[in-house]
Amino acid sequence: MNFNFKHEWIETNIGLMAVLTMLAISVGGLVEIAPLFFIDKTIEKVEGVRPYTPLEQRGRDIYQREGCYTCHSQMIRPFRDEKLRYGHYSLAAESQYDHPFQWGSKRTGPDLARVGGKYSNEWHVQHLVAPRSMVPESVMPNYPWLLATKLDISDTAARMKALRKVGVPYSLSQAEYDANVAKFGETVARQLHIPDAQKNLVEQANFGNYDGDRSGVSEMDALVAYLQVLGTMVDFSKYSDDAFVDVR
Amino acid sequence: MAVTTYSGAEQYNFDIVKKFAVMSLVWAVIGMLVGVYIASELAWPFLNFDSPYFSFGRFRPVHTTSVIFGFGGSALFATSYYVVQRTCQTRLISDGMASFTFWGWMAAIVLADFSYVLGYTQSREYAEMEWPIDILIELVWVTYLIVFVGTIMRRKQPHIYVANWFYLSFILATALLHTFNNLAMPIDLFSMKSYSLFSGTQDAMTQWWYGHNAVGFFLTAAFLGMMYYFVPKQAGRPIYSYRLSIVHFWALSFMYMWVGGHHLHWTALPDWTSSLAAAFSILLLMPSWGGMINGIMTLSGAWDKMRTDPVMRFMIVALSFYGMSTFEGPMMSLKEVNALSHYTDWTVGHVHSGALGWVAMISFGSLYHMMPKLWDTRIYSRRLVEWHFWLATIGIVLYIVAMWISGITQGLMWRAFDEFGNLQYSFAESVAAMMPFYAMRAIGGMFFLTGTVLMAFNMFMTIRQGKRESAALDAKLAAKMAHA
Repeated sequence: MNFNFKHEWIETNIGLMAVLTMLAISVGGLVEIAPLFFIDKTIEKVEGVRPYTPLEQRGRDIYQREGCYTCHSQMIRPFRDEKLRYGHYSLAAESQYDHPFQWGSKRTGPDLARVGGKYSNEWHVQHLVAPRSMVPESVMPNYPWLLATKLDISDTAARMKALRKVGVPYSLSQAEYDANVAKFGETVARQLHIPDAQKNLVEQANFGNYDGDRSGVSEMDALVAYLQVLGTMVDFSKYSDDAFVDVR
Repeated sequence: MAVTTYSGAEQYNFDIVKKFAVMSLVWAVIGMLVGVYIASELAWPFLNFDSPYFSFGRFRPVHTTSVIFGFGGSALFATSYYVVQRTCQTRLISDGMASFTFWGWMAAIVLADFSYVLGYTQSREYAEMEWPIDILIELVWVTYLIVFVGTIMRRKQPHIYVANWFYLSFILATALLHTFNNLAMPIDLFSMKSYSLFSGTQDAMTQWWYGHNAVGFFLTAAFLGMMYYFVPKQAGRPIYSYRLSIVHFWALSFMYMWVGGHHLHWTALPDWTSSLAAAFSILLLMPSWGGMINGIMTLSGAWDKMRTDPVMRFMIVALSFYGMSTFEGPMMSLKEVNALSHYTDWTVGHVHSGALGWVAMISFGSLYHMMPKLWDTRIYSRRLVEWHFWLATIGIVLYIVAMWISGITQGLMWRAFDEFGNLQYSFAESVAAMMPFYAMRAIGGMFFLTGTVLMAFNMFMTIRQGKRESAALDAKLAAKMAHA
């Protein structure tokens, strides 16, 4: 057989060139991304991780809106210094309900994956309004408008419905609610029920009193509620030190 | 006697090339100005002015979008429309469609910039635009593909010139990346807000598959296309090696798509994925340097141009920075190096050695070559080109050196232990240590921006000069015709 390949064939045929280029650029993504959806070990089996409550989710929306990800990561790496500074390294399971992910790529400020519970609500409020009053070296912008702006809660249910469509187990029907009770327990399941979204949000804000002002729900309430839940869902004392090593 | 004034006006659609070329300079000035501003915010945080609209987090994507898609994108539209017409010796298939790509692209960038400032963002780096803008971009891009491929189909000779392969690869890859990375569910048809279709690990991998190939195809393959036309033209010599261009084209197109995972070393992404990505990142050094060698060696036999021709100097320095940052990249993708460099300013410095050193410099060189030709005149001031070159080069060096020092310092401070095994520095101490380098970076940016402003002025004067000359010529011609 005399098969004499000439690159000239491709150079003189735009259709062939486009098809071959398309093939060349498709392989990498197919091999590296597609399996992540099918390999079970990609996301660890771990207890405690739940979708965000309506208030936390609204806080997350604000975190995203203000571009916090441009300076703060939410992904602790398995190094000794990061364990001392931030805590246990992040698990894939911990961001399984994060649409979109907020792992970040830059630490102009510290990692926030486990910031929840480390500081008081009062600290967060003061720090967000005037960062340098708490940390003189900080280069973070002031966010005074978070305290002054009332949280728009009118579309809370619509937001949760959109998240439900992309796979977050917020419940609409009784059957879905019951499934959540079985999976997350009743306290959590109630928070995930879309028909009660607004009521739940206001209740959590009033009860938590994150911004120190019970007169209404501010954007600060939502953001601090979100920051305070970060990294607190998994109880690592239940797991041995190398429990997650082989999944990595 | 028949009088023919050749300006290419009838044979080619240069009007669209002119529009994109001018807007590319406008976006360069806007995008770099915002860049200098946000760099200054990090050095002097009072510049955030307690305003949501100017705060770093909302302003940063305005910088990246304006420079990557505004400046870089417009330069690519301009040069690709120019190159495809010249090398195929035919006019674009549709003036209307080409015009739609111009207005659509400009609208997308303006809308994106305003939407970020108002708080609408997908928070996916370099793909922050919310879903309605993504749809507009998709429409523009498909139209671009049709115009580009359609024009190639009408070419006057059998071979497709190598620059067009790279432009084609860039258009196809960008379509693929843009489509899959922006899959999202809007909360309402009348709301800008949407949630990503994917979550956590899969979402991260999809984003960095996109993110690195925005670099790989938008900022590399496409600019190599630019290089393959304008470097030989400016040097007046053929491309060094035809065979090398074939090999490195296919290798580059194939390998780039594998490397995004190196942005996620040591994260919750499975180890196999980021290790595979790192392996390909190292392999990628070869096709990258293939392109650099092919470009630089094109000058062999005409090295004196480096001394005499400032436009040539822009191009060769661009290729040198390309070679340097495509060496630095694979090195940073090694897991041990990445453990130190990731999350630090080193990454920011690396990006800018590519973006300022390679992308911006090759664009400046190409625009300096192309714009006088479009308006049928000479560059208004070669002295200003010289000034631009040195301001830009000094600016880049200041920028990268500042980020190398601050990045490595951060990385080392974060992992330093004292004699008792405790962390030696608080995070805040590492922030304080950055201050001089953040100031130095902002100053480097100011140098670079000043050079760009000089270029914009120089090109404005060049266009004015071209218009005056052609008006004078027309008047002379009319006078002659009247006497004849």
